[in-house]
Amino acid sequence: MKLPAIVHKFSSPRNFYVMSGKLIPWFGWACLLLTLTGLYYGLVKAPPDYQQGESYRIIFVHVPSAWMSMFIYMVMAISGGIGLIWRIKLADIVASSSAPIGAAFTFLALATGSLWGKPMWGAWWVWDARLTSELILLFLYLGFIALQASIEDPRNAARAGAVLALVGVVNIPIIHYSVEWWSTLHQGPTVTKFDKPSIHLSMLIPLLLMALAFKLYYVTSVLMRARNYVLLREQNSRWVKEVIENES
Amino acid sequence: MNLEEFFHMGGYAFYVWSSYGLTFIVLMLIFFRPMMAKKQVLKDLRMKFRQQDRQAK
Repeated sequence: MKLPAIVHKFSSPRNFYVMSGKLIPWFGWACLLLTLTGLYYGLVKAPPDYQQGESYRIIFVHVPSAWMSMFIYMVMAISGGIGLIWRIKLADIVASSSAPIGAAFTFLALATGSLWGKPMWGAWWVWDARLTSELILLFLYLGFIALQASIEDPRNAARAGAVLALVGVVNIPIIHYSVEWWSTLHQGPTVTKFDKPSIHLSMLIPLLLMALAFKLYYVTSVLMRARNYVLLREQNSRWVKEVIENES
Repeated sequence: MNLEEFFHMGGYAFYVWSSYGLTFIVLMLIFFRPMMAKKQVLKDLRMKFRQQDRQAK
């Protein structure tokens, strides 16, 4: 299957560099605004939980981190796949730029989960399905980063990384459904289910605000990272030289 | 709610504030690294192009 010419035109490295430069400040400031609003509603306005007291407020960083850990993995695998099939350099760059951010969110989901688990379950860590599959996700990210770092030729590195990322996709539904398939200490989904969310609006709103803020944070930082990659990989083309001369 | 109560977090201060602090630190690191990297990339490429220009003359 061939992609229409317009796709190639818009994913041209030069076009991307110019467009992303204009978009980054908008995403960045919107992210900051949403974060501050989300924190205010989450830490100040939302009432304490009737069972967990104030400790539940960890949810406003824990759950968005966990969502992002899976979302970024899917972006990484899909853009890796696009790079593999249609040889679009920008797709490879997006996959590589996403990996460290995804790894960071996975680490945060695990660490904040641990800090929540200790007071509520009495244990920092349990080897149940949800926690174990999320830990495997962290290893998939780290494996992807290590694999790409070990291959010198950027095209081969992109290809190898994409295959690893695509194979690892099998872990994503396992993470999501782990709380339903296996008995666990981890609570079930409260928002992402077909039934009405079992969380009060005063808690749901800050949760969604923080989730959106984290998503914008990812978009901002993935664009910033991708721009550096683009400059390095395109350094022999004339437009890069023009950009460098104009920015100095 | 007064400020002391707010920081106390119903006795869960350590767990709640560690979570938020850790999240803040990690996200800042992830955010500022590409900014530093960009400076380096621009510097390296500027040097490279200057060298090329000199050789071309």
